[in-house]
Amino acid sequence: MAEQTAPPESIGATGVLSAGPPGAVAPDAPPQRPDKPDAAVVRDALGVGIAVGLSGFAFGVTAAGSGLSLLQICALSLLVFTGASQFALVGALAAGGNPYTAAAGAFFLGVRNAFYGLRLSQLLALPRAVRPFAAHWVIDETTAVTVAQPTRRAARIGFTVTGLTLYVLWNLTTLVGAMGAEALGDTDVWGLDAASPAVFLALLAPMLKSTTERVTAALAVLLALTLLPVLPAGVPVLLSALAAPVVLFLMGRRKKGPGAAAQEERAIQKDTAAQKKATEKTATTEKKETTEKKGGRDS
Amino acid sequence: MNVWIAIGLTAAGCYLAKYAGLLVPAGVLERPLVRRMATLLPVALLAALTAQQTFGDGQHLVLDARAAGLAAAAFALVLRAPFLVVVGAAVAVTAGVRALG
Repeated sequence: MAEQTAPPESIGATGVLSAGPPGAVAPDAPPQRPDKPDAAVVRDALGVGIAVGLSGFAFGVTAAGSGLSLLQICALSLLVFTGASQFALVGALAAGGNPYTAAAGAFFLGVRNAFYGLRLSQLLALPRAVRPFAAHWVIDETTAVTVAQPTRRAARIGFTVTGLTLYVLWNLTTLVGAMGAEALGDTDVWGLDAASPAVFLALLAPMLKSTTERVTAALAVLLALTLLPVLPAGVPVLLSALAAPVVLFLMGRRKKGPGAAAQEERAIQKDTAAQKKATEKTATTEKKETTEKKGGRDS
Repeated sequence: MNVWIAIGLTAAGCYLAKYAGLLVPAGVLERPLVRRMATLLPVALLAALTAQQTFGDGQHLVLDARAAGLAAAAFALVLRAPFLVVVGAAVAVTAGVRALG
């Protein structure tokens, strides 16, 4: 969208400013920040990994209730490994949807992981050879834990421990849930259908740091609930993602002051402005971004 | 067979989405606007997912025990409760409200 209209020289400018090769992620390199003990990172990661991993039980039970075989249920958790998509697929199949529509809905939900990957590739700086394997663990929970870490080392530990714990537990509890579904009877009686939204809310809460995030979240909720009755499953959530560019655009227009968003917006609008000017603005924004992140991570 | 087709497509599609994010060249991410967007998109998606899974029932909007469960989760989050407690509160309160109703 808007970023395509950004002056192409801004990449080069940023590269120069960070005094590194064009591909380097220097602005994000965090060596100057206070270290967090590895044990504390592992504790955080295990907390999320175990809690969410156990909720695979809810998935196993739900999927079995939808008439999938044990092998199919386990294949989903092993190969898809992104909860919302798994729940969406099972729900669509249970409702009698054809396999293509069902898969499309699940895929739409999974597209958000691509955006998490954008963030994580910056924070983790993974070697190219590791990426195909790390990719399978790029989900809500690993992203939330990784983004919250103050250093690259902590981010890598957080990602790995969360990913491993979650993958093992999610698959084990899926198996147990699928096998134990019959004994439980109606899973809604146990309130297990509330586990999934609670997980999402718990992931969302720490991200709501400023007005921009809160307004985005509110608009996304409004969009999702308005579109839910009129569009096929999976599509409303994907369209709700539009809240992000819309809010960025509106914030950029409203703030005439020295807000970072406004500066970006102006930098973009003045496509024809001198490169020097654009460079200055990028520099200010970069600094602000880094400061913001520092503040966020320390809290 | 149909179910296996759906599983295969979903697994392939979801994996490619995850991998694509990691593959995008670092130069693209250097742009402030892209970075802000990448930070803000998960906020929008998670908010939408929370709302959909709390108030959605297929294509219908409903207000049921899940809303109470989610309120409990929100309360637990305000109290800075650990993750498992937040989820546990939602499940327990939802089950409790259903049992009472």
